[in-house]
Amino acid sequence: MNFLAVIGRITFGFLQAAGRLGIFTGHALAHMFTPPFYFRSLMRQFMTIGYYSLPVVGLTALFTGAALALNIYEGGSRFNAESVLPSIVVIGIVRELGPVLCGLIVAGRVSASMAAELGTMRVTEQIDAMATLSTDPYKYLIAPRIIATTLMMPFMLVIVADAIGVMGGYLIATGKLGFNSSSYMRLTIDFLEPADVYASLTKAAVFGFFISLMGCYHGYHSRGGAQGVGISTTNAVVSACMLILLSNYIVTEIFFAS
Amino acid sequence: MTITPKISLKGLHKAFGPKVVLDSVNLDVMPGESMVIIGGSGSGKSVTLKCILGLLQPDSGSIKVDGEETVGLRGSNRKRLQKKFGMLFQGAALFDSLPVWENITFGLLAESKVTRKQAVEIAVENLRSVGLSPDVARLSPAELSGGMQKRVGLARAIANKPEIIFFDEPTTGLDPIMADVINELIVERVKEMGVTALTITHDMSSVRKIADKVAMIYNGNIIWTGPRNDIDSSGNDYVEQFIHGRAEGPIQMEVLKA
Repeated sequence: MNFLAVIGRITFGFLQAAGRLGIFTGHALAHMFTPPFYFRSLMRQFMTIGYYSLPVVGLTALFTGAALALNIYEGGSRFNAESVLPSIVVIGIVRELGPVLCGLIVAGRVSASMAAELGTMRVTEQIDAMATLSTDPYKYLIAPRIIATTLMMPFMLVIVADAIGVMGGYLIATGKLGFNSSSYMRLTIDFLEPADVYASLTKAAVFGFFISLMGCYHGYHSRGGAQGVGISTTNAVVSACMLILLSNYIVTEIFFAS
Repeated sequence: MTITPKISLKGLHKAFGPKVVLDSVNLDVMPGESMVIIGGSGSGKSVTLKCILGLLQPDSGSIKVDGEETVGLRGSNRKRLQKKFGMLFQGAALFDSLPVWENITFGLLAESKVTRKQAVEIAVENLRSVGLSPDVARLSPAELSGGMQKRVGLARAIANKPEIIFFDEPTTGLDPIMADVINELIVERVKEMGVTALTITHDMSSVRKIADKVAMIYNGNIIWTGPRNDIDSSGNDYVEQFIHGRAEGPIQMEVLKA
């Protein structure tokens, strides 16, 4: 009987959380497309999320591309297939590692920051204060963050991550493994297909949406002071990472499952 | 001819799970009146205020502002109503990502009623009216003392020229002299603007300074209402115990029950 009660409580808890998230998402989407639009707030988010994430995203991509090249070269040499290195590096980076690693890095950086900022605003009544000033917090706080992350991920961060990741592989391949520079570039470009890029950008947009949604959702519903903000921040990052990995599989399945 | 109350609460009920915070609150605040609600911690003062502001939805009962029912108001109707309100929060609730001048004129800027240059001028004017110098306008809230934050919060509350101002524990956390300065400012601004004021506090020196009328809330009900000068001869044991701060009496704190 107790066991059933526990199952019931967990199920109801899950449904309640899912319902609350669904309502939050609906509100957020509705406010993204209806005026007023706060362009100054949006621009600030573009800078915070896009521009300031570039260094960490770039470094991650550079070293991942370099390590990937070394691994593929060593693995490929076991059956004399070292020449596949450029094509596997570009496919691996563009289709998978670029968007996923960029997503996970941005989840750690941006989702946590959103949850902490909004959570602090919630527990110090700043969000209530905003509502009393006839300003909808969904419009001023949530919508700009979701729009900025969903746009910055594909059109700035993942494009840069893909390019730098491929560059990392190129540097190792030409500088250390003896590949010819022009043939490496030609093989890379020849092998890359538009679908690879579309998949990469689609993943990036989806990840960006989930990163900001989780950051905003958990921050907005923070309660209980500093500890509550800490819990919200952790939940935001964990849930954003899980959604990134889950949606990565789904988008890959949609694009490439034959 | 009967005058319509500025704020009228009838049978206001609000519970959080099994905990009933407001049982059946009935209260009228007349135009131009300064009403102070007193009561112990957890007695429902803040929840009453948040219900009137629309930050919380009551479970049942009626809230009328200028004779208009406000429970369930949403969208543009809620926004229209919010414009009548100004609020000074307990912790000032200043937006820490914005400078003081933007905090004060946040509502005006959000509605694009003024240019940013005009907003600075309005902020400086409002800062002067609460006894702060113009150079405070460019500071960030983190650079202000508690008393200055309260004054900036007051400047923000009056910047939109509201008809009703709410004060949530305006002197909490301040030294007695600064508390008196804030009380004086509240009295001056309320009289000068001719607004209706609703204050919640448990600071009796604030009550004696600010109030025209006093209401005492206990266990989610208004148990006594009367003019400020009658508070010392209320004949109500609960009020007597509260205003004299006695541990012995009909009000039993949780800690004493244990």
